[in-house]
Amino acid sequence: MTAIANYFRSLLLLELLKGLRLTGRYFFARKFTVQYPEEKTPQSNRFRGIHALRRYANGEERCIACKLCEAVCPALAITIEAEPRNDGQRRTTLYDIDLFKCVYCGYCEEACPVDAVVLTRVFEVAFDRRGQNIMTKQKLLAMGDQHETQIASDRTDDARFR
Amino acid sequence: MIESLWGVLPEALQTTVIIVAKIVAIMVPLMLTVAYYTLAERKVIGFMQVRIGPNRVGPRGLLQPIADALKLMFKEIILPTNANRFLFIIAPVLSITPALAAWAVIPFNETWVLADIDASILYILALTSFGVYGVIIAGWASNSKYALLGAMRSAAQMVSYEIAMGFALVGVLIAGGSLNLGDIVQAQSGSILHWFWLPLFPLLMVYLISGIAETNRAPFDVAEGESEIVAGFHVEYSGMTFAVFFLAEYANMILIAALTAIMFFGGWLSPFQGIPLLGEPSLFWFLLKTAFFMFCFLWFRATFPRYRYDQIMRLGWKVFIPITIVWLLVVALAVVVELPWWFD
Repeated sequence: MTAIANYFRSLLLLELLKGLRLTGRYFFARKFTVQYPEEKTPQSNRFRGIHALRRYANGEERCIACKLCEAVCPALAITIEAEPRNDGQRRTTLYDIDLFKCVYCGYCEEACPVDAVVLTRVFEVAFDRRGQNIMTKQKLLAMGDQHETQIASDRTDDARFR
Repeated sequence: MIESLWGVLPEALQTTVIIVAKIVAIMVPLMLTVAYYTLAERKVIGFMQVRIGPNRVGPRGLLQPIADALKLMFKEIILPTNANRFLFIIAPVLSITPALAAWAVIPFNETWVLADIDASILYILALTSFGVYGVIIAGWASNSKYALLGAMRSAAQMVSYEIAMGFALVGVLIAGGSLNLGDIVQAQSGSILHWFWLPLFPLLMVYLISGIAETNRAPFDVAEGESEIVAGFHVEYSGMTFAVFFLAEYANMILIAALTAIMFFGGWLSPFQGIPLLGEPSLFWFLLKTAFFMFCFLWFRATFPRYRYDQIMRLGWKVFIPITIVWLLVVALAVVVELPWWFD
């Protein structure tokens, strides 16, 4: 008996009508599309975009070439070479981050004892030449100079969780 | 001046010019509809998936079809290695020709029909069956296993559904008492309750579903089956040759929608027949009904998952054909006893 009832039920296409009703309802539902270049979704202060090297307030670069970031980097994206500067301080001569290798895990930032390397909120990166994927020391310092206010305020906001 | 020039032309030439003008008058709006149907599809499916669909090219995305067409026109047509050159190029043509030619017999209102022939249903059946050749030849000529698999699937599918569809149409012509589409519409005259969708409801369902299967649309798009066989019969096609397949598919959808409106929903007749002004039969009603079924095609695509291949075959052979045969008997009986309201 139930077999016959089921047979007629499937013949009446009730399940299909149910499906159509659902999609029909969503046709009029509010749309969730974010119109990207004009609209943007909110960012966390822990957002991990591309890297920057910071300076102290007196303009001295923070990085002391301890190479902890190079050691911790799971993708081997960081290359550092260092030697003593004229005044005897240890500084990097080469600090390259390969953005093609980087997985934006943020371990370099965690490892850094002097808060020198940080991840900024900048994520809209595009390359049109070979080699542009390498963030050199100059580019990283420039990023740091450009975004210092944002970087500093994000670190202050997050300080009590660290 | 123009009058006298026109008079000078031989009569045969005059007829040709008039017919060509009529063809253009059908073709141009049809092609525009096809172009904007693709946009409508992306918009409707987008809306049903709670997105907003294309809106970047032109105001509200209205120039998107133009951009798509331009892109396809400038793309290279790639001939696969060892493909049969002639068949490869002729296949898209074979698939769009019947889709367009069928419009010759579609009555837009009482007087607007390009060829008012008596066997128009037969003509439609013949031409819609031709569509399968384009698909098979495309699959065969591509020299690609996925294309061939897609072609095999669609050959079997389209042939199977042809039968159910043919039977459904037999029901319509028994009820209408004519093979002429215009006469079939006239036979539905009365009101919305006189239209054939009510007495022929099972046949309407079979026809609509077979129509979707005929045009290889979701949920019957195993011929493309992108998740299983890449893009089926047209994997190897690019540029304009692909665009022609695309046009054919959409022209076929519009054709099926128009035929459903004509044969089951009274074509150009008004649903409020008898009421002054609103009840006037006109082109508007025909276009409105066609547009509704065109929307349904998109709605189905947004709703249903693709059928498994053996399920398609089962539905076509073991469900639809018995239903149509049984209902044919019912309709024939109703016509013989002159069932009041519809067949008196």
